[in-house]
Amino acid sequence: MKTFATLITALDSSNKTTLKKEAIIQFLTHATEKDKLWFLALMTGKRPKRSIATKDLKIWVLEITGIPDWLLVESYAAVGDLAETLALLLPPPLEKSDKNLSDWMEDISILQHASIEEKKSFVLSSWNALNTMERFIFNKLLGGNFRIGISSKGLVNTLAQHFGIDADIIVHSIMGEWNPYEFEFEKLIKGEYSDTYLSKPYPFCLAYPIEKELEQLGLVQEWQIEYKWDGIRGQFIKREGEIFIWSRGEEIISSQFPEITAALAQWKENMVLDGEILAYKNGRILNFTELQKRINRKVISKSLQTEIPVQVYLYDILELEREDLRPLPLQQRRHILAQLIKHNNQPTLQLSPLISPTNWTELRGIQATAREINSEGIMLKKKDSIYDVGRKKGNWWKWKVNPMTLDAVLIYAQKGSGRRSAHYTDYTFAIKDGDDLVTIAKAYSGLTDKEIIEVSRFVRQNSLEKFGPVRTVRPVLVFEIAFEGIGYSKRHKSGVALRFPRILRWRKDKTVTDIDTLDNIKKLIQ
Amino acid sequence: MIQFTSKGIYCIPGNFYLDPWQPVDLAIITHGHADHAHLGMKNYLCHHSTVGILQRRIGRDIQVQGVAYNDPIHINGVKVSLHPAGHIIGSAQVRIEYKGKVLVFTGDYKLQDDGLSIPFEPIQCHELITESTFGLPIYRWDPITTQNDRLKNWILSNQSNKKTSVLIGYSLGKSQRILNAVADMGTVYVHESIAKLNEVYTNEGIKLPSYQVIDLKMDTKHLERQIVLLPPALLDTRLIQKIPSLAYAICSGWMQIRGARRWRSADAGFPISDHADWDGLLQAVRESNAEKVYVTHGQTAVFAKYLNEIGIQAEEVKTDFGNEEDIQTVFTETQP
Repeated sequence: MKTFATLITALDSSNKTTLKKEAIIQFLTHATEKDKLWFLALMTGKRPKRSIATKDLKIWVLEITGIPDWLLVESYAAVGDLAETLALLLPPPLEKSDKNLSDWMEDISILQHASIEEKKSFVLSSWNALNTMERFIFNKLLGGNFRIGISSKGLVNTLAQHFGIDADIIVHSIMGEWNPYEFEFEKLIKGEYSDTYLSKPYPFCLAYPIEKELEQLGLVQEWQIEYKWDGIRGQFIKREGEIFIWSRGEEIISSQFPEITAALAQWKENMVLDGEILAYKNGRILNFTELQKRINRKVISKSLQTEIPVQVYLYDILELEREDLRPLPLQQRRHILAQLIKHNNQPTLQLSPLISPTNWTELRGIQATAREINSEGIMLKKKDSIYDVGRKKGNWWKWKVNPMTLDAVLIYAQKGSGRRSAHYTDYTFAIKDGDDLVTIAKAYSGLTDKEIIEVSRFVRQNSLEKFGPVRTVRPVLVFEIAFEGIGYSKRHKSGVALRFPRILRWRKDKTVTDIDTLDNIKKLIQ
Repeated sequence: MIQFTSKGIYCIPGNFYLDPWQPVDLAIITHGHADHAHLGMKNYLCHHSTVGILQRRIGRDIQVQGVAYNDPIHINGVKVSLHPAGHIIGSAQVRIEYKGKVLVFTGDYKLQDDGLSIPFEPIQCHELITESTFGLPIYRWDPITTQNDRLKNWILSNQSNKKTSVLIGYSLGKSQRILNAVADMGTVYVHESIAKLNEVYTNEGIKLPSYQVIDLKMDTKHLERQIVLLPPALLDTRLIQKIPSLAYAICSGWMQIRGARRWRSADAGFPISDHADWDGLLQAVRESNAEKVYVTHGQTAVFAKYLNEIGIQAEEVKTDFGNEEDIQTVFTETQP
């Protein structure tokens, strides 16, 4: 575990990408073949099924340490990570272990079929042979998420640089089913076990936020104008009959959208398309929050597919029958795309509708009401533009609707997790309902570290409870909350819920008498 | 015998205060950290070694009387004596005895022997007022040799990676400990604010290893790959960025938790503390044999509740202490 613990310590303690990369390369140089594979597996979300319940781990720690349950809860609130809390609570180890990562992973894999007594005895003897950091890693390995210090994308980029391989190839090579027992590390990431050409995506062409007056863009007729949709931007690849859906985050997400994969399979051509995955029901595009329910699910059940159906609004075509269409003018690409969509006739794959205002003033009116159809603004693309690489200024612009805002008062605060565990960073806000305060939103982000420290101090000095993670605070601090939408909801006391609430700024100039009222807020609901 | 007032902990028959935070006639000071030694007192009484610190930090012209450990004096019929607290140089527990009843105020303390301050001495008493800065069982310090080995290994790896090792800790107490621990690793450069307090140590006859004094406003090129000690106030300033090939580590008990290390995004964090850890707090309370325990600054509610559960009568007390190791103060604000 030493080599792996060194790596994790390095990844965990630095936020400098270069140092993280150095640490990974160090690890790859020193680790055994199997350890490298396990590392890759763990960091990219492939791990054995959880074999020990968190509840049992907690019980065993309480038994060993003799501390009361509430004290463990308090400790957890201060640490913000259960695996770490347990590691810190345990007494110092009496023994040592030189098992490496793959030995541990094999031991843990076997546990699935073990009795609870066997599990307990394994865990207790392991704890007794590991130092705090190793214990923390061990507890993480036993269960939950193993995401420490580096994203799977960051790891892929490091490997790409170190081995001189395209990042796309690595992503493709390590997706799908493989296990550390049958593969060789370098062969795996170099794609020797798979045909990587087929999945290779193009870099997305991205738009800049519009920064000039519309009139400066020239004639409105020179622009292809569409709504900006709030879904998952994707690249849809079909080559030699194989289908890959890539997200903007450069992850392959085909398995999360079986109905889209099925529709693509029905198309006669091989091609690469650019579009947006949207939740779509009864002729209406749904909130992104609906779509979110389908993200990061391992299995997409039939009922989920019925509950939250998806559809793709296709924007562009980049390749047809292996021919790169990106140098063609947008107008021409759009024409080709429209024809393909028409004759393949798959309802799941639609052409992104165009907006054709006669002048810029008319477009301003359309932009202002975009929210009514759950669009987040307007896209402007020059009709003669090529499909560029990355974010280039001039040809593509995005023009987002302004967020809605309200003033609310802080009433509950909770400590954050991870690096924010020492501070109160998770807030619940209220607005006025007559003489009462009713909760309207929770928000986690939007403040600077300095402001968080200031709010945390206020919370400590003005809270009613002494125990547990949540503090009720005197309603004094007023914040401006921005949000993208509002609807009725049973989840909040106020009966309304905000979409994407976040703290826009701390209104030190305002007091609780200045905050918004529920009656006023309800008027915003469409 | 004792009353907790808005000015500080007040001894009624003795008519004096313990570490008061508002001006009073007579203040008995446990140690020289700013949250315990405030300005504006007519008379100060503290351990001999603390006198110089108070004069430096509060003023040369203050009325201050130094006394030795275990050397009782009488104030208005109350017997008062100071006893080693092991926190920093001159740190003292205050024992007060009146009509056969004994009360001890610990101030800040630790049980580990840091090799520089005189080790903590347990004192029997009827009532104990204890701190609880690290009053959670997640805080358990490694033996000092292990702590020092970690520091040295970090410096060693910086040296082989051609990095400058910058260690950040309080200028009073922590810095001298670190200096002592790492002196054999190379030339140690200390910030001028630390150097001033080093003199307090040497004036008291405590031998410190040799060091160089630096002024970060001047040229810093020569610091490359060396060892540098800085106070926390310099974190987040431009000055620290002047140090070439910088790798910096924060030395504080709070660094026990990953979240705290990551919040500061330091290159390393070492849980080295001048406060008692969980086991230390419990041991101190048990060894005092106190019938009643008052818990000041830190995890007051948690520690008092736990003591009650294990059969030791305890209650929490609100004071102004504790800003010293208060995490946000330590790492973001300027130290007085």
